[in-house]
Amino acid sequence: MRIFKNILFASMIFFGLQLWAQQTPAPAQSETIILKGATAHLGNGNVIENSIIVFENGKITNISGPSGPEKMGKTINIAGKHVYPGIIAPVSTLGLAEIDAIRPTRDFDEIGDFIPNIRSLIAYNAESKVVESMRPNGVLLAQITPQGGDISGTSSIVQLDAWNWEDAAVKIDDGIHLHWPNTMRRGRWWMGEERGWKPNKKYEEDAAKFHSYIANAKAYGKSDPASLNEGFKAMQGLFDGSKTLYFYADGEKEIIDGITSLKESGIQKIVLVGGYEAYKIIPFLKQNNIPVIVDRVHTTPNADDDDYDLPYKLPKLLADGGLTVSLNARGQMERMNTRNLPFYAGQVIGQGMDKEAALQMITSNTAKILGIDNSYGTLEVGKSATLFVSEGDALDMSGNIVTHAFIDGREVSLETHQTKLWKRYANKYGQETEE
Amino acid sequence: MKRFTFLLFLFLVAECTIAQEYFPKNDGVKEQNNNYTALTNATLYVTPTKVVKNGTLLIQNGKVVASGKGVSIPENSVVIDLEGKHIYPSFIESYSGFGIEKPKRKGGGRSAQYGPSREGFYWNDHIMPENNGISSFTYENKDAEELRKLGFGVVNTHLMDGIARGTGVLVALNDEGNDAERILEDQSGQFFSFQKSVTSNQSYPTSLMGSMALLRQMYYDRDWYSNGNSDTKDRSLEALIENKNLISFFEAGDKGNDLRADKIGDLFNINYIIVGGGDEYEAITAIKHTNAKYIIPINFPEAYDVSNPYMAKYISLEDLREWNQAPQNPKVLSENGISFALTTYDLEKTSEFSKKLQKAFEYGFDKTKALEALTTVPASLLGQSGSLGTLEPGKWANFLVTSGDIFDTETTLFQNWVQGAKHIINEINTKDLSGTYSLSAAGKTYQMTLTGEVTKPKMEVKLGETEYPSKVTYENNWIAFSFEDKDANEVYRGTALIPSKGNIISGRLVLPNGLETSFTANKTGEAKKEDANKKNGKEEKPEVMPLTYPNVGYGFSTLPKQQNVLFKNATVWTSEESGILENTDVLVKNGKIEKLGKNLSAGGAQVIDATGKHLTAGIIDEHSHLATLAVNEAGQNSSAEVTIEDVVNPEDIGIYRDLAGGVTSIQILHGSANPIGGRSAIIKLKWGKNAEELIYDNSPKFIKFALGENVKQSNWDSFDRFPQTRMGVEQVYVNYFNRAKEYEAQKKSGEPYRYDEEMEVLVEILNGERFISCHSYVQSEINMLMKVAEKFDFRINTFTHILEGYKVADKMAEHGVGGSTFSDWWAYKYEVNDAIPYNAAIMTREGVTTAINSDDGEMSRRLNQEAAKTIKYGGMTEEEAWKMVTINPAKLLHLDDRVGSIKEGKDADLVLWTDTPLSVYAKAEKTMIEGTIYFDMETDKAKRSQIQKERSQLINMMLSEKEKGGKTKKPMKKDRIKFECETLN
Repeated sequence: MRIFKNILFASMIFFGLQLWAQQTPAPAQSETIILKGATAHLGNGNVIENSIIVFENGKITNISGPSGPEKMGKTINIAGKHVYPGIIAPVSTLGLAEIDAIRPTRDFDEIGDFIPNIRSLIAYNAESKVVESMRPNGVLLAQITPQGGDISGTSSIVQLDAWNWEDAAVKIDDGIHLHWPNTMRRGRWWMGEERGWKPNKKYEEDAAKFHSYIANAKAYGKSDPASLNEGFKAMQGLFDGSKTLYFYADGEKEIIDGITSLKESGIQKIVLVGGYEAYKIIPFLKQNNIPVIVDRVHTTPNADDDDYDLPYKLPKLLADGGLTVSLNARGQMERMNTRNLPFYAGQVIGQGMDKEAALQMITSNTAKILGIDNSYGTLEVGKSATLFVSEGDALDMSGNIVTHAFIDGREVSLETHQTKLWKRYANKYGQETEE
Repeated sequence: MKRFTFLLFLFLVAECTIAQEYFPKNDGVKEQNNNYTALTNATLYVTPTKVVKNGTLLIQNGKVVASGKGVSIPENSVVIDLEGKHIYPSFIESYSGFGIEKPKRKGGGRSAQYGPSREGFYWNDHIMPENNGISSFTYENKDAEELRKLGFGVVNTHLMDGIARGTGVLVALNDEGNDAERILEDQSGQFFSFQKSVTSNQSYPTSLMGSMALLRQMYYDRDWYSNGNSDTKDRSLEALIENKNLISFFEAGDKGNDLRADKIGDLFNINYIIVGGGDEYEAITAIKHTNAKYIIPINFPEAYDVSNPYMAKYISLEDLREWNQAPQNPKVLSENGISFALTTYDLEKTSEFSKKLQKAFEYGFDKTKALEALTTVPASLLGQSGSLGTLEPGKWANFLVTSGDIFDTETTLFQNWVQGAKHIINEINTKDLSGTYSLSAAGKTYQMTLTGEVTKPKMEVKLGETEYPSKVTYENNWIAFSFEDKDANEVYRGTALIPSKGNIISGRLVLPNGLETSFTANKTGEAKKEDANKKNGKEEKPEVMPLTYPNVGYGFSTLPKQQNVLFKNATVWTSEESGILENTDVLVKNGKIEKLGKNLSAGGAQVIDATGKHLTAGIIDEHSHLATLAVNEAGQNSSAEVTIEDVVNPEDIGIYRDLAGGVTSIQILHGSANPIGGRSAIIKLKWGKNAEELIYDNSPKFIKFALGENVKQSNWDSFDRFPQTRMGVEQVYVNYFNRAKEYEAQKKSGEPYRYDEEMEVLVEILNGERFISCHSYVQSEINMLMKVAEKFDFRINTFTHILEGYKVADKMAEHGVGGSTFSDWWAYKYEVNDAIPYNAAIMTREGVTTAINSDDGEMSRRLNQEAAKTIKYGGMTEEEAWKMVTINPAKLLHLDDRVGSIKEGKDADLVLWTDTPLSVYAKAEKTMIEGTIYFDMETDKAKRSQIQKERSQLINMMLSEKEKGGKTKKPMKKDRIKFECETLN
């Protein structure tokens, strides 16, 4: 018993320290806030110089040029700075793992092939140190998404400053995530197969499994009274359009096969995730009204003969073709890298994309695709005051120095585990930490 | 050995028919046959170049007695008239596993095996020079027959397993004899490769560079052992010593490995016979410079099935080209005067040999050279020119009898004589049936045509204009055929013995209803030579795509040249005291930065208008794993003996992509699998040049060390290698440096010592001649290594990754070590939990020379952006930030006198950017190394369209190959391994 007490005591200290490391979520907005003098990037393509932005009770009540109405409240002078809508990270595993290599911290990939009923929201760690490190870069919202398998599960959308997952939720169970099979299969060299990719003989067979699962889910919806099948039940929203299907595919053929088959199955809203070769079939995607969430642009091309800058310019190619494009951070070390989303948009600007249009790829377009555009994604009267202030151009590394960030009007902390260590050691050496 | 051959010779003179003379015989009585056999009136190839018309070959007791013209034929000769036939010396297969079964792969346990499985042998199981092929040799009649069908008479075989494989056996493919007669050499040579044995799970070596180091150490140890320095017995080294004078064969397997094998050979004065890979044409100059002799496989790749465009797109230009270009390999080798034998080795099916050889002829390979590559050259490689390879008197009577030119597709190989024993391949007296016939059968008269090879005729049957599908076989002078009346669904079958004279064939006919009657076919004329058209077509040379440098997508068709260039009116980021200079000119002359200033005169240099653009020194990545074939030698906790310089891969597309990101130099580091890793290669990204040319001249010497989770093997199931804790890591270093000191003392004492490549490297570190770049994360271990170094009186040069450097930055500054770190990586494992993006700024301010590195082929190509993050995190100035990817890594690599800044006299490694280089919007427009532009946005555009064009051309060629009935294989995409520190390869 004594030992047990000691353990308890020790673990209390341990967890206490852990908690101490996290930032306390901000309370609800109590006073009117007026942001004055900045260049406002509205996220809808427009810019207002020398702007006045007012928000009350979490909602934007004014956004205008310098001649806007006088309001009482806390005025923050941000002349010379830039304001942006909060950046949204789609198809993200934020909060579902803390340290990649440590298995006990990994909660984003359940076993099983067709498990749409797996829900990310309840595993989302609102107190993750990785999550808090998003805010100083302007990333304020994320779609928390299970990964792996064929149908990985159901995502939810959260804001990134909360005590727990319930408080964090912005839109619960918004979509189902489906990974289409690949026409090529990688040789399992570790099992003695030849290295390299070869045609997947089971491609058609694999695709048929999806068809069959979806057809059964649809039939299930008509059974009365419904027997209990949580998987089929989770799929129902796809047929009435209340849920979105996130369809992951990269190859031209896979995209065409998948979208054709899913549309025929009666699925209403489909979003393409990945889409490495989507630029080859823009008319098809346009005709089917498919938006694309492009995978991390900071990646190397898939094939040796591809243009070295293909991943950089892919979003622009799709946008130029008239598609709605959003950017994600999927890939190696994707959680910690999600804070680089603004720079992914910046990379697309480097390929000749209009700056404000590139901003839309991480704000309003994403909001539209995720179905939260009535509240988030742009700076507009009536929408949530979810925004941030940056010293300079937030889409360029050296300009992204965030001084303020608000979620639903709440001024959130920009401190993190990392800034604390920084200050602690800078202080040790007598170095300055003011930016 | 000599003596043994002599004895063998004594046995063999007695020859086949009477077996060993002192053996008792109880199934009959002993008798002798000393008759001669005379083959007369043939076109006789005494050697590939000495051809005698109407020649005679006289043989007795398995040997050639005389050959040529005017040979007097003794009375007791059996005379065979070969009028119209050709005689060639038979072929020699110089590289094979004939008759020696390859061992099966040993099932492995879950955790790695570090020690050897054997006792009394070399410490590494993959070194097995004590294996003698003869002890597991069994003559395989079936395989012998297959080889004889292709014209081979002698095979050099060995146990194809392991790095040092032991000795081989030279065997004549004589089915009539027994092993006492047909085994020509018990120890035909010794054999080596870079491939580990499948019989042992001993980890070391896990990499190509490890195999190379192991081979070197094996030879050093051989010499040491032969001087009697070992107290214990080592049967492997003893075998190596005993076999020292045997010919050494090295299975390299590709052009790069050819050079690697040669490099090892040079070190120990060994002229390996190198078994190549078929891609030597891509590096022919370097191959020629090896002055080695080669054995070359002709396993030309089949075309890909590209009929599905969705699949075809996955095949790289490199692989498409290989199909088109590889068949020129024998031609290119022979035109460059390289001595080589051809082998069936590496073919999927041995029987494809003739077909592949024809392909080489289509590509212009000379037929006489081919004959040499199959006879005289292998004989000489095997040291058997005195007894094999030609039909000169005294040599083995190993020869072929053919219907004509041996390499003509129409030619029939009739007989393959081995040691004077005749092996029939095709009946020599087969009558040529080709012609048109009028076939009377069952009351109807059909037109029948027979064409094609004598022993494999093709048949056509027509009634009026209607063609009847038909089949025919012709064996032992019997013909059997069938034809079908499709409309009536009736099959007629016929068979007949072909008369030796006359033009009428008659025999038995079986009617569709089963009744038997007879048929007669009267020859009415000669058949048209069916292949006439096809033959004309064949003489048309295939279109061969030109090589590029390197021979992959984005290679140069001609290597770019150094030029004198004046960059006019640029914003120049000097990375020097002078900072960022507006409206400045930079003159590049003879590969160096000649001058820096305003309004410089070009003086003949090419002027590049850089108005509105930014010019910087090329980016230097202190920590990269691009352009290498291996990263980790993970088989031991120290691998100082390996070096990345051995495995630099100049064809990695990552080089080109890095150039497009403004990178000009990288340090290719060994991985972090062990506390003491391998030596680095520091290279310039001279795309198109070979590996040697990429490596810096007088390169500073570096080695990788590593600390923490990777060397403790914490993140995977491995529990049996020391160290498992950070405490153990320290002791590894202390132990190795103690031993290195003792080693050096012993070496200096003049006493005999065992040359140890690993210790040599560690001694260099102790003496400050080699610098350490150490993978490191947490402060405790960083501090520890500095203390270990101080104890041994040297300094650590660089901590790489160094994510907790900020916690001990003061100590680092005091020690004098630099830091090369990631800009913002963290959270990927436990030891990077306290990694912060402010690290670079804190270290810089504490006086540590700090660089931003990549460890990643993706990040490497945009290090300019990563440097910019130090402005965001920690408030570095633009100049400070820029130095972190230029002059600072140059300093860390001891290259700051040559590169890293724009300063007069330094190498002209420059990048012209479209925008301020720290911006995410900036693109490298031109990247120059030593005055040569290796990347240019405009050139890149042209390359893209060239790739598209060539791909489509090759795909069309493959489509037509498939239409013509050529074999195709499924599309495939190579698995590009993205190397990082942790890649175990």
